[in-house]
Amino acid sequence: MSLKSTLSAATALALVTAGGAYAEAHSPTITIATVNNGDMIRMQGYTDQFTEQTGINVEWVTLEENVLRQRVTTDITTNGGQFDIMTIGMYETPIWGSNGWLVPLDNLSDDYDADDILPAMAGGLSHDGTLYAAPFYGESSMIMYRTDLMEAAGLDMPEAPTWDFIRDAAAAMTDRDNDINGICLRGKAGWGEGGAFITAMSNSFGARWFDEEWNAQFDTEAWANTVNFFKDMMDASGPAGYATNGFNENLSLFQQGNCGMWIDATVAASFVTNPNDSTVADSVGFALAPDTGLGKRSNWLWAWALAIPAGTQQQAEALQFIEWATSKDYIELVAANEGWANVPPGARTSLYENPNYQDVPFAQMTLDSILSADPQNPTVDPVPYVGVQFAAIPEFAGIASEVSQEFSAAYAGQQTVEEALAKAQDITTEAMEAAGY
Amino acid sequence: MATKASRSAARMMMAPAVILLLGWMLIPLVLTLFFSFKKFLPLRGDRWENGLEWVGFENYVRFVSSSAFWPSVITTLIIVGGVLVITVCLGILLAMLLDQPMWGQGIVRILVIAPFFVMPTVSALVWKNMFMDANNGLFSHLWRLFGAEPVSWLSEASLPSIILIVSWQWLPFATLILLTAIQSLDSEQLEAAEMDGASPLARFGHIVLPHLSRAVTIVILIQTIFLLSVFAEIFVTTGGAFGSRTLTYLIFQRVLESQNVGLGSAGGVYAIILANIVAIFLMRIVGKNLDT
Amino acid sequence: MARATTTRRKIITTAAAWAIGFTIFFPILWTILTSFKTEAQAISDPPVFLFFDWTLENYAVVQERSNYMRFLWNSVIIAGGSTVLGVLIAVPAAWSMAFVPSRRTKDILLWMLSTKMLPAVGVLYPIYLICIELGLLDSRIALVVILMLINLPIIVWMLYTYFKEIPGEILEAARMDGASLKEEILYVLTPMAIPGIASTLLLNFILAWNEAFWTLNLTAAKAAPLTAFIASYSSPEGLFYAKLSAASTMAIAPILILGWFSQKQLVRGLTFGAVK
Repeated sequence: MSLKSTLSAATALALVTAGGAYAEAHSPTITIATVNNGDMIRMQGYTDQFTEQTGINVEWVTLEENVLRQRVTTDITTNGGQFDIMTIGMYETPIWGSNGWLVPLDNLSDDYDADDILPAMAGGLSHDGTLYAAPFYGESSMIMYRTDLMEAAGLDMPEAPTWDFIRDAAAAMTDRDNDINGICLRGKAGWGEGGAFITAMSNSFGARWFDEEWNAQFDTEAWANTVNFFKDMMDASGPAGYATNGFNENLSLFQQGNCGMWIDATVAASFVTNPNDSTVADSVGFALAPDTGLGKRSNWLWAWALAIPAGTQQQAEALQFIEWATSKDYIELVAANEGWANVPPGARTSLYENPNYQDVPFAQMTLDSILSADPQNPTVDPVPYVGVQFAAIPEFAGIASEVSQEFSAAYAGQQTVEEALAKAQDITTEAMEAAGY
Repeated sequence: MATKASRSAARMMMAPAVILLLGWMLIPLVLTLFFSFKKFLPLRGDRWENGLEWVGFENYVRFVSSSAFWPSVITTLIIVGGVLVITVCLGILLAMLLDQPMWGQGIVRILVIAPFFVMPTVSALVWKNMFMDANNGLFSHLWRLFGAEPVSWLSEASLPSIILIVSWQWLPFATLILLTAIQSLDSEQLEAAEMDGASPLARFGHIVLPHLSRAVTIVILIQTIFLLSVFAEIFVTTGGAFGSRTLTYLIFQRVLESQNVGLGSAGGVYAIILANIVAIFLMRIVGKNLDT
Repeated sequence: MARATTTRRKIITTAAAWAIGFTIFFPILWTILTSFKTEAQAISDPPVFLFFDWTLENYAVVQERSNYMRFLWNSVIIAGGSTVLGVLIAVPAAWSMAFVPSRRTKDILLWMLSTKMLPAVGVLYPIYLICIELGLLDSRIALVVILMLINLPIIVWMLYTYFKEIPGEILEAARMDGASLKEEILYVLTPMAIPGIASTLLLNFILAWNEAFWTLNLTAAKAAPLTAFIASYSSPEGLFYAKLSAASTMAIAPILILGWFSQKQLVRGLTFGAVK
């Protein structure tokens, strides 16, 4: 018996119980699944203007990142058709695009000026040269540091520091009696949290996830160096319980003045310099993410982007929304209402050419960081995958979330770094075999 | 009293519930079994309408031979067992306390049962952020107040923390059922025992506890059913890290995070087997205790 | 003397019970209090309990961001619908188990309970596919049916235990008077079982209200209940304790209030046959 007939039998039975399926009337309403980040929430506030201009209603499904991923992935793989627009990232876009699950964004209007999208972003959101998702905002990672604490420690932050400098500076700034930790970094389990950080960091130590034959590389010295360096530095100069700190935890620590340095997403710059939320807003400096002199820095590249699933009935309306939300006009709209520091960054070249935006203190460093990340060529040694802090293969999310759990357990002192790396090697090898590599 | 007619009428009346539940059990079960013998990687473009590759028992072998399997079974049993022990023991003590005469009994009862109304996601979020957070949580403030180093609860004591959260949610349920049972206890019997000079401990051991055995059994049975599938509390707090990955969570990781439906389905079959072992074990006890 | 001992004992009992009750309730109280603070006060060290500038700002922000009433309404429909439907199906089944028991009655009952042990996540894909086939994604009907099925075993069991406590002679007497089976159930059995049915309705309403796997995974915009509402407030960027508290309070308040008002009903019926 095929699954199809099993399903029809199931269907018949369920039909009886449900009392018949019901069809819903067509109306010009699009449903958008999105993540609950600040920039997205802000966009929801401006949706009324879009509805006024176009007569298209918008329904929002706003979810926390992990729930969102789980929700949209289930829907796209089953062709569920629940959403007309999905908010996805650089990891999902090329995979889904290559499966033919997304509507190619190759007929964007002239006004939209697709060529204005930063090449690094467009590259990461394309498959075989076709754009599948339009970046709403893009980010790299960089060092945010407290200029006052740096000065007090008698140090000078270089434009492009090394990891050794960062470790020593962190030790010098740490003053635990006064709740000041030299450095705050992500240790939280999850491939998009601590997993992303340690992967980006490992690039600068010459490590990689896979060699060119897709063999896991956690048994290499480069990985041992990376994780040991991270743990030693964080044990010495990091906050208590750093193994459970992710982006959000570190953000609030930094805003409350408990961190000397924080290496994280460039979008955080506008949060830590916003005097409404941050107690240290006027003493934040920026620098490129550190390296070890091997030729790669430890900054990542990411974009939250809007894509249209191929199953949608309302492709035209969805495209209209994407053109509105990721347009230059939208940036102007936010700038006019909330100031230039709060516009969605990292997506368009023209933004960085705008003199108003160049006055924003973190604009240049953000652009430099984005430009220095190369997803096509992320590591010191060659790799078969694309992506800086991830490998754009379907198996990666599952593997990396388990691997990062092992690392977090090591950070928390429940196992040694060596044990964690050995387990990571097993997990990865096992999963890659299961996937048929 | 049961005539032939009423017997068949009885069967008729039972039919809707039985058929519905049979369907609810069989459809997913059949589909899970079906997927568990297939290679089904949705993100690799596998779709059921295109046919799936038959792989025999490969998924089953892979699932058990994974280093994560046995720890996850043990974690599941620790969480279920831990919560049961805490809720039953504290539940008995609390029920006995609430049975005593006091002022404002109604209000106390309201306070005690309140956690049962809180959805698991909310309770996990509140405990994780507002109590157990190592920097801003209330516990860390408290620890610092006494000059102690704040504990990072969810990484350093992940299982006890999760057991605490789940126990908090289920303690009211256990307390309520045990309270009703205690209230039905013949107080004259207790007084007579007191007259005879039986110590409080002896009274508890010889009269109260035997009287409660039935209620305890029911608490254990019902809670186990719910506890085996605890999910939100782990998803929100640790995401399965720090040794808090239960079998249910492992299946979640295989199906949704790794997008390996075949492997996850094989895990689902193991989970059903584990649940049935626990169920048979429980029903042995319950069957003896329930109903006569 | 004896009197003094009882009074002293009562004082001690009262103090202990209140202390424990307060401790158990504290996380909820703290959440409610925090929801009226500013974000900065919400994390201040030392924590502030009552003496802060009470503000409704968080509720305003949450209300502005999401259409609370729609989530609430969906929760009410889904939890209410599944509970009522479940009881309608369970009453006849429980009646026949209680009054026309056969050798297999107990087995059937325990088998029904065992269906609850299937791990939901393992069958997400099959159920999702079925819902697509039926066009039932993001519909309240699907959730009403699924949550009804999930809770049906508990409902049957609870009703069964209540019905068993009703002496069979009364039903027999009604039958002697010429009552049909339908009349017997409707006019004799049901009124006697009202407290039990009420408590069954309440317990299952609570369980359905709090179910967070299917309600989250099978809904998008139209049918999403409060469990989905809360999923948009966990760990956003920046300080969020106060807003999270406000959203949490909004998500649990309706059921908390319902539970408090009906706790006598709930407590009276919540025996599962534990009391003989």
